Amino acid sequence: MNMTDTNSSSTAAASAPGRRQGEVILDLQNISLRFGGVKALTDISFNIREHEVRAIIGPNGAGKSSMLNVINGVYHPQEGRIMFRGEERKKMEPHVAAQQGIARTFQNIALFKGMSVLDNIMTGRNLRMKCNIFQQALWLGPALREEIAHREKVEEIVDFLEIQHIRKTPVGALPYGLQKRVDLGRALAMEPQILLLDEPMAGMNVEEKQDMCRFILDISDQFGTTIVLIEHDMGVVMDISDRVVVLDYGKKIGDGTPHEVRNNQDVINAYLGSGH
Amino acid sequence: MFYRENGQFKTSYAADQEIFTITQDKWFVWGLIAFAALAVPMLVDEYMFRAILIPFLVLSLAALGVNLLVGYCGQITLGAGAFMAIGAYAAYNFMVRIDGMPLIVAMLLGGVSAAAFGIVFGIPSLRVRGLYLAVATLAAQFLCDWAFLRIGWFTNNSSSGSVSVAKLEVLGWIIDSPVEKYLFCLAFVVLFAFIAKNLTRAAIGRQWMAIRDMDVAAEVIGIRPMFAKLSAFAVSSFFVGVAGALWGFVHLGSWEPAAFSVDRSFQLLFMVIIGGMGSVMGSFFGAAFIVILPIFLNQFLPFLGSLFGVTVSTAGVSHAEFIIFGSLIIFFLIVEPHGLARLWSIAKQKLRLWPFPH
Ligand SMILES: Nc1ncnc2c1ncn2[C@@H]1O[C@H](COP(=O)(O)OP(=O)(O)O)[C@@H](O)[C@H]1O
Ligand SMILES: [Mg+2]
Repeated sequence: MNMTDTNSSSTAAASAPGRRQGEVILDLQNISLRFGGVKALTDISFNIREHEVRAIIGPNGAGKSSMLNVINGVYHPQEGRIMFRGEERKKMEPHVAAQQGIARTFQNIALFKGMSVLDNIMTGRNLRMKCNIFQQALWLGPALREEIAHREKVEEIVDFLEIQHIRKTPVGALPYGLQKRVDLGRALAMEPQILLLDEPMAGMNVEEKQDMCRFILDISDQFGTTIVLIEHDMGVVMDISDRVVVLDYGKKIGDGTPHEVRNNQDVINAYLGSGH
Repeated sequence: MFYRENGQFKTSYAADQEIFTITQDKWFVWGLIAFAALAVPMLVDEYMFRAILIPFLVLSLAALGVNLLVGYCGQITLGAGAFMAIGAYAAYNFMVRIDGMPLIVAMLLGGVSAAAFGIVFGIPSLRVRGLYLAVATLAAQFLCDWAFLRIGWFTNNSSSGSVSVAKLEVLGWIIDSPVEKYLFCLAFVVLFAFIAKNLTRAAIGRQWMAIRDMDVAAEVIGIRPMFAKLSAFAVSSFFVGVAGALWGFVHLGSWEPAAFSVDRSFQLLFMVIIGGMGSVMGSFFGAAFIVILPIFLNQFLPFLGSLFGVTVSTAGVSHAEFIIFGSLIIFFLIVEPHGLARLWSIAKQKLRLWPFPH
């Protein structure tokens, strides 16, 4: 996995003590996105630093998922610039974002229903599998070795997420909480630099949420992966994120440490106050 | 020996990734192949080879090709007949135009030609799906029907419009008896079935299924839809093209464009639906079912009629055939999209637990 040096200069105010926070890896500048007449995002700017856990919060329909879709190339904003590692990113398709090391999970689980848990996670390795179609057809030598090498990697992820017992189950047959975990596993299999998580704990019970929190923190600590997290549970957000950006009706209304955001009057009015 | 995986512990990932993870399955398949190659030739008569076994094998191969595209990659096609035709006519042209062209090479080149056209006719799948894609592939069918009928070059300007292959010979082995033709087809089918099994459990197969199940998520993890779809069209058409060459050269001997009409395309699609989408085994079930059902009904319905004092005409039998196919297809589409293969695996699941349910 992408190893990181623990001494990387930390210029931002690190809220979670000990968490590594590096340079700006992704800088979103004046992003606007419209669907016909609907303004999903209006003139939004914020940045994401290497190794941090960056939360995006806001009421339903605020534009959070759309923001993730902009980051990994599913949606193309009409205005604004995206700087990736200091360079302006051109309009790109999602698979190019994947090649750059951006992975994501989905709000409404988007697993490959007809495939087993292992196969779902194995698809996350596809960019790293180099054997051609003829080698795969014969399933000898290189193709077999490659398959086994990646299978070992996938088994590590299976162990990490504690889903050994369901590895051969078709994902369609799994309960919701476990599907969410497999979705995370598939994204992790890409060994991403940036991991986008769209409401990974929605609809889970307390115990499942605790497990998921633990996985997210472990990913951050062990692999140094930069994490962008959409979450509704304010307790969770306050606990595990370094910085929070708040969206409301497609506009940014707050940005800062969890502590700063919680005390921001606009945020209280628009979001925290309205009973979410 | 009971049929189960208990007590069969895998000590390496390689063992865990074998084609057949339950030992009995492995023996079953090898046993079946040995039976088909060694025992069948001694047991059945010429009629059986010509009317049932050879068509069954060749159509299984074609259905397998269609299944790779429809069942594994989730793209619809109504043009499979056209790709059989391309395989057959291309192989024919390689044979008659190049002196000393070996039979097997010509047939494989027929498959390669079909694959090339498969890629071209697969391009619409990058923009459209479902009904629109079905119509686009149907256009391929009509284009080929027309071309092979009207463009003399393809048939080597044969005056009757029908073409034939003089002699089938592989390295001195002259394939002329029904048994030999059967064994020749069997060798192709076994080889291609293993290739299909390998592809579907390898990275490329996972890409196809990912595109089928959730294309947005597939793209987000780095799968290029264009590569996944067009490779499925290419591989599928290659299988179908080789099957077409076998159908023309080995089963028919001489043929006209009507041998590969749109009826054939529908028939292959029905095999996949009835046999089981996304299952190699299912392609064989589907082909067996569709080859055997008409023969069975021809025998059985008049017999059934005579019990009740009714005479069942040949037309009546063929009507019954349509009705049965129609209802089965609706049944499988609605109730069991995984077809006969699924019923088979449910039976195995039961067997796995038998006789101790827990
Ligand atoms: N593909 C789309 N087509 C049309 N409108 C969309 C699309 N995606 C999102 N929207 C609209 O953009 C707005 C923001 O949606 P979304 O990003 O899903 O919000 P959130 O994730 O914060 O709940 C909503 O009004 C939604 O209807
Ligand atoms: Mg959302």
